[in-house]
Amino acid sequence: MTSLAVLEPGGDLATLLYIVSFSLFIFGVMQGTHPTTAKRGNLIAAGGMAIAVVTTLLLDGIGNWGLIVAGIGIGTAVGVIASVRVQMTAMPQMVALYNGVGGGAVALIAWSEIRHGIELGVEIPLDELIPILFSAVVGSVSFWGSNIAFAKLQGLIPTQPLAVPGQQVINALLLIGVVVACALIASDNASPSEGLFILVLLAAAALGNLVVLPIGGADMPVVISLLNAFTGLSAAAAGFALDNVALIVAGTLVGSSGTILTMEMATAMNRSVANVLFAGFGGVPAAGAGDGEERPHTSIGAQDAAIKLAYADSVVIVPGYGLAVAQAQHAVKEMANELEKRGVQVNYAIHPVAGRMPGHMNVLLAEADVPYEKLREMDDINPEMPRTDVAVVIGANDVTNPAAKNDPNSPIAGMPIIEVNEAQQVIVIKRSLSPGFAGIDNDLFYEPNTSMLFSDAKQAASDIAAEVENL
Amino acid sequence: MDLIIEITIFVLAAFVGFLAISKVPTTLHTPLMSQTNAIHGIVMLGGLIVVGFADDGLEKAIGLIAIAFGTINIVGGFLVTDRMLGMFSRKPRPAADEERPTP
Repeated sequence: MTSLAVLEPGGDLATLLYIVSFSLFIFGVMQGTHPTTAKRGNLIAAGGMAIAVVTTLLLDGIGNWGLIVAGIGIGTAVGVIASVRVQMTAMPQMVALYNGVGGGAVALIAWSEIRHGIELGVEIPLDELIPILFSAVVGSVSFWGSNIAFAKLQGLIPTQPLAVPGQQVINALLLIGVVVACALIASDNASPSEGLFILVLLAAAALGNLVVLPIGGADMPVVISLLNAFTGLSAAAAGFALDNVALIVAGTLVGSSGTILTMEMATAMNRSVANVLFAGFGGVPAAGAGDGEERPHTSIGAQDAAIKLAYADSVVIVPGYGLAVAQAQHAVKEMANELEKRGVQVNYAIHPVAGRMPGHMNVLLAEADVPYEKLREMDDINPEMPRTDVAVVIGANDVTNPAAKNDPNSPIAGMPIIEVNEAQQVIVIKRSLSPGFAGIDNDLFYEPNTSMLFSDAKQAASDIAAEVENL
Repeated sequence: MDLIIEITIFVLAAFVGFLAISKVPTTLHTPLMSQTNAIHGIVMLGGLIVVGFADDGLEKAIGLIAIAFGTINIVGGFLVTDRMLGMFSRKPRPAADEERPTP
């Protein structure tokens, strides 16, 4: 084996270079506060990654260059092709897939380390073995869970929650089994059993599948965010096993940031993370809530909606999951263009869980050329609602339900909402009066100042745009 | 490295991650998640170390897949993040004039 033999593994120079590399990661993430600096921040973080990779390649004793070049070549080709081709609407599943391969890499590395230890026939110290086991389990869960999330978002398997009877019990047994098997492996660290280790990987794989399968499509933002945190933590664990400071810091950075994002998402949906993972909500609408009684509501057509909007001074558009599904972002932007030509001030109020992952709606609207300044966060725009002439709700439901504020007995009581009911008038574009994903009736639809426009989001937006143009 | 030093680094990094991310606006959470996603691709280093020091065939095979997976994670992650952020910072098109050429 030939080696470039420049840096001593674990030596000061290598560690210093790793420190430079993780500093660039942290600096890069800190630049993410505004779009203009964020792009540079992303490049800086990528530069940090390049330094980390080159440092590792220069370690004394590294060989098997053919394999290394092959692995990097294949990975680069797949990564570049996938990233250039992916549509912005498909971004959540792309991130899920990348997250999955990261988790898979962690689990495979753990397997290889165990094998290496067994072959050398030396005792694997517990402060290495325990992180190895942790990264194997979490990496495997993350790999399979992310693949399921990808398949659901891509429509390869039904997005509805797939309930398996006795699901919680099976999951609990699997988890206990994994922990016990890991304890057995650790208790025999002089000659750990590879067979038992492979069983652990398989059980963790089953767990990853079973936990994510029952979760509905609308809950995917929380799941992807959580799995991202998982992969980060498993990478940090791999860093403990390999005594590599760059892995520890980078993995932990992702783990803690992913955890915050997950908790923010869950709060915005008024649920706990445990509830998202284990309640199988997402798909079991509270039976019969809201139907049976026909409550009076006002229905209008595209022409009336166009008149209301065209003669308003200020309009706030509230896009939701339905807009993302209908891919109506370009049609909505056209509608906004027509309104702005007439001097109407148009803003967008984005609920934190609009879209299919945190902040996804903003990316979709940015793709449709909506300026960054017009994408307003919930807390920022709510105080302006009473001064808004018309609020247009497109494909959003529960996040606008005033019951969250007014009715302490409502299942969504306390959930932060965009207070469209405070606006002078409200137009709701929706296919029907059917309840949203929380399975409860939306009081907003029956308010005297609310008009319902029953239509597909994309169709309605282009119809209104055409009507405004002809006014 | 001492385990206790590694734990110290771990705890400090967790707080740094917390502080750095809490300043990012909700609007940019998707690119942020995609970028942190790319950063955990750093596990690819583990693959390099495994393959670089491997003698056994299966170990090499496992390591090769790990390197490929890790590289997809890194390259793909940073590239899509760049594309997404490009959407935010790009200048609005010079409006509809081009679409309707004068007859």
